[in-house]
Amino acid sequence: MEAFEILLTASFWVAAIRIASPLIFATMGELICERAGVLNLGIEGIMTAGAFAGWLTVYWGGDLWFGVVVAAWSGMAFGLLHGVLTVPLGLSQHVTGIGITLLATSLTYFVYRVALPEVSSPPKIEPFQALAIPGLSQIPVIGPALFNQTPLTYLAYATVAAVAWLLYRTPAGMAIRAVGENPAAVEAQGISVTALRIAAVMLGSAMMAVGGAFLTMSAFNSFFFEMINGRGWICIALVVFGSWKPGKALLGAILFGAFDAYQIRLQQVMGGVIPYQFFLMLPYLLSIAALIAVSRRATYPKALMTPYLKGER
Amino acid sequence: MRLEPKPATTSAGLFLYPAGAIGATLVFASLLVLVAGASPFNVFWLVLKGAAGSQFAIVETLTRATPLIFTGLAVAVAFRAKLWNIGAEAQLYIGAVVTVVLGTGAVALPSLALIPLIMVCAMLAGALLLLGPAVLKTRFGVDEVVTTLMLNFVILLFVSYLLEGPLKDPMGLGWPQSKRVVADAQLPRLIQGKRLHFGFAIALASAAIVWVIMKKTVLGYEMRAVGHNPEAARFSGISVNLVLVKTALLSGGLAALAGFSEVAGLKGNLTLDLSPGYGYTGIVVAMLAVLNPLGVVASAIFVAGIFVGADSMSRLAGVPSYIAEVMVATALLTMVVAIMLTRYRIRWR
Repeated sequence: MEAFEILLTASFWVAAIRIASPLIFATMGELICERAGVLNLGIEGIMTAGAFAGWLTVYWGGDLWFGVVVAAWSGMAFGLLHGVLTVPLGLSQHVTGIGITLLATSLTYFVYRVALPEVSSPPKIEPFQALAIPGLSQIPVIGPALFNQTPLTYLAYATVAAVAWLLYRTPAGMAIRAVGENPAAVEAQGISVTALRIAAVMLGSAMMAVGGAFLTMSAFNSFFFEMINGRGWICIALVVFGSWKPGKALLGAILFGAFDAYQIRLQQVMGGVIPYQFFLMLPYLLSIAALIAVSRRATYPKALMTPYLKGER
Repeated sequence: MRLEPKPATTSAGLFLYPAGAIGATLVFASLLVLVAGASPFNVFWLVLKGAAGSQFAIVETLTRATPLIFTGLAVAVAFRAKLWNIGAEAQLYIGAVVTVVLGTGAVALPSLALIPLIMVCAMLAGALLLLGPAVLKTRFGVDEVVTTLMLNFVILLFVSYLLEGPLKDPMGLGWPQSKRVVADAQLPRLIQGKRLHFGFAIALASAAIVWVIMKKTVLGYEMRAVGHNPEAARFSGISVNLVLVKTALLSGGLAALAGFSEVAGLKGNLTLDLSPGYGYTGIVVAMLAVLNPLGVVASAIFVAGIFVGADSMSRLAGVPSYIAEVMVATALLTMVVAIMLTRYRIRWR
């Protein structure tokens, strides 16, 4: 198969959307946090915790959807912690975010070892199965890619729509956007900056955790250490790439998924010539390239990373 | 509730708040130990014994602290200027690569010339690796958190390629590992027959030198000024970008020394598990030390002790050794709260 023909196969686009799905959840989650003015570097750890919480729930006999809910709760718990540390206490969002990632990751590994002390190879669960949408999935190439995926992928699409609707069509969303730009103005309207920001971080963190859960419950059927493997950090780049807009961020995530699916297939075509490690580097290099490409005209939410402390001024 | 800056911190407060942070960490760890079905007192006693209860334990702890001092210094230097270098892991590995390239026979020199040469080249490589993100930050406004994080993955894959390709040891039985460095490139042991090596002495010296740079030189003053308030620093005539670039060079060079010292002092060759995340743990070490270079030595030994102690405890008590990582991460979060409480007072109104 030639390098170009890959792009015309349905299986390539199916893989692209599958790879994009966890990124869509987590990117939307990070986007909500940053729109409210809070950088969430806990994303990598929160995704790890979500991947594990969802998987363990199902492994212990829970329903798949209940697993998704438990994953979201785990994300919310870490979101609450990050929110309390960064909003009312005004601590460095960089440092607490890294702290949350270290804590969530190590706590997950610890609980894994306590819950399953004797296993050497990770046990499997029955994951979400692909669910073809009648009619739509019959469209050539696009059909199977978009409409013959697992229910969690459909939930990812819905999440994008919901985030866009929330941010641009509801009073709460307007307040979230405002609090990331000018918290003092929001406070002046009688809305608590603290409560709003913490709520936004909790909501966003829940989405990140569901993104992690996609990996254990929809893509693979098991939990592995280091399975998030930098996906969270890539989502932070995707938020910048999408200039803090849900639609553009979705496009970025799908492009990224397509790129990642492409490099896997290209590896099979060109693998003899170029060592595989260079293919695996591409997603990370692409993220850096994307950041450079858009950073000149990137318009950050103005209050991002600046804590709002009453009595500070 | 609101935060009010405190006029002055009492010396009792400076001691009490960090002690409270350690206390909170121990309480949280105790809960986890109880969940794991063991007695917290027994577990903590075993950790303490494993970390400092014998000559062997102390030597192990100091050996493990050595790379953490380097990465902790690298992070402390960078964070002081608010340059968020999360890429110490990559800089460590690049330092290790240079050590292996120069130390396995490419250069034939007596020990006293070869080791300093390798050190300088390793530092240069680490410095150059952080120069990229620093320039992207100052030139294009690209957030260095993401770029330095991404480079960790890129460099580790690059090292994986080197170990399966150009740097692979033909006698390594197929394992992805490099050849061993020659005897002249190896750091001597500090104690005959023990693992503690000369890298520890270099780490202590580095901490002292970094302390002097931070406290006694113009660069140190400028770094603090930039970290405290870049606008004000620029207004007072400091070239903020130049200071950030200098900071990056220093920070990257320090992190690379961790890789140099692990290869030349301890392991002898390069493998993909050279660092179990020393770059990331360096962030905790630096924060626990409140970014003070001399404090880094103490906090690196403390953190190394938790890891070494937890390893031996895990074998004896059956509690997963990941408890060490949980404690270190919790200590980071409780300590930043404690540091804040020494500066601000919380008013509930």
